[in-house]
Amino acid sequence: MSASIISIFIVAIFIENFVLNQILGLCPFIGVSNKIDSAVGMGLAVTFVMVMAGVATWSIQAFLLIPLQLEYLQTISFILVIASLVQFVEMVIRKTAPALYQSLGVFLPLITTNCAVLGVALLNIKKNYGLVESAVNSFGGGLGFFFALIIMAGIRERLDVSEIPEAMRGAPIAFVTAGLLATAFMGFSGLV
Amino acid sequence: MNRLAELTKGIWKENPIFVISLGICPTLAVTSSMTNALGMGIAATFVLMGSNVFISLIRNLVPGKIRIPVYIMIIATFVTMIDKLIAAFSPALSASLGIFIPLIVVNCIILGRAEAYASKNGPMDSLLDAIGMGIGFTIALSCLAFFRELLGEGKLYGFPIPFFKADPALIMIMAPGGFMVFGLLIALKRFMEAKGATK
Repeated sequence: MSASIISIFIVAIFIENFVLNQILGLCPFIGVSNKIDSAVGMGLAVTFVMVMAGVATWSIQAFLLIPLQLEYLQTISFILVIASLVQFVEMVIRKTAPALYQSLGVFLPLITTNCAVLGVALLNIKKNYGLVESAVNSFGGGLGFFFALIIMAGIRERLDVSEIPEAMRGAPIAFVTAGLLATAFMGFSGLV
Repeated sequence: MNRLAELTKGIWKENPIFVISLGICPTLAVTSSMTNALGMGIAATFVLMGSNVFISLIRNLVPGKIRIPVYIMIIATFVTMIDKLIAAFSPALSASLGIFIPLIVVNCIILGRAEAYASKNGPMDSLLDAIGMGIGFTIALSCLAFFRELLGEGKLYGFPIPFFKADPALIMIMAPGGFMVFGLLIALKRFMEAKGATK
């Protein structure tokens, strides 16, 4: 049991990395990876929301939708839960860290539409995970997102000062870099 | 306002993928084959048409402060309908698109158009805007899928293409290929526009 939990954790971080392997949550990945500071804040916020959302949506599915046979309301109810969670996190960050709030800007409310969050909720259900497994998978997924974001922010700070052809500046070079990073992450696939 | 311009702006000038870079997650995830790209494009277009028209109709009834949750509920309703329709009529497509159908809910293109266009314009213009953006989205997906399926599997729509079939580069249909093809295609579009501007 505990071995499988550890393997779910490792798989979620490295092998099925949400950004680089499953291609989820790209908007903040490209949008907020300009500076390491905001990348750290965003990564932590997303990780937190993912764990909370993973647990909350699993409970809704198990205790509300399945007993009442309302599985077709899955998408609608999940997105509602996630939207309220994000609102909550936003209020907490605004109170406790106004500077971080400023630098995250528009991307904070956009966590709602971050497909990694809804994605992890749907994947937990699809893979028939229990509560603990869902929480671990969500946490690992969030950490994987966090790592990918920070690595990317580090590379992009270097890219800013290098000479890049006019047409490749900004988003295009970021995507090509992400491609190379994803290739590197494929090397983890034999890990578990 | 020129109705034709409403329809065509989404296809090239304001193409949702290549210019505004919205909705890139499904773009990269489903474009490993032309069939998936087309299925995703059509599904998203239908959701976009439904949500744009509906939001445009109720735009004066919804208080500004709660408009985003209302929009998301409307979009989620249309997505659920499409999800069930695809599952009923094309189980194979439903299986290969997987969680990316429910994830249309969080596709930024749809919420983006609701906020930027449908909440300010009439239902007819919003419908045209939705169709145009939907076609632009589908074309962009097909563009990416064309290169990825051709180079990664040596096929198009599942049919083998001679010459490319011999030794396909598998990486193109995996995540890294998606990132790289996408980056290069945006660069190409910018390059073409820069050339056009200097002429």
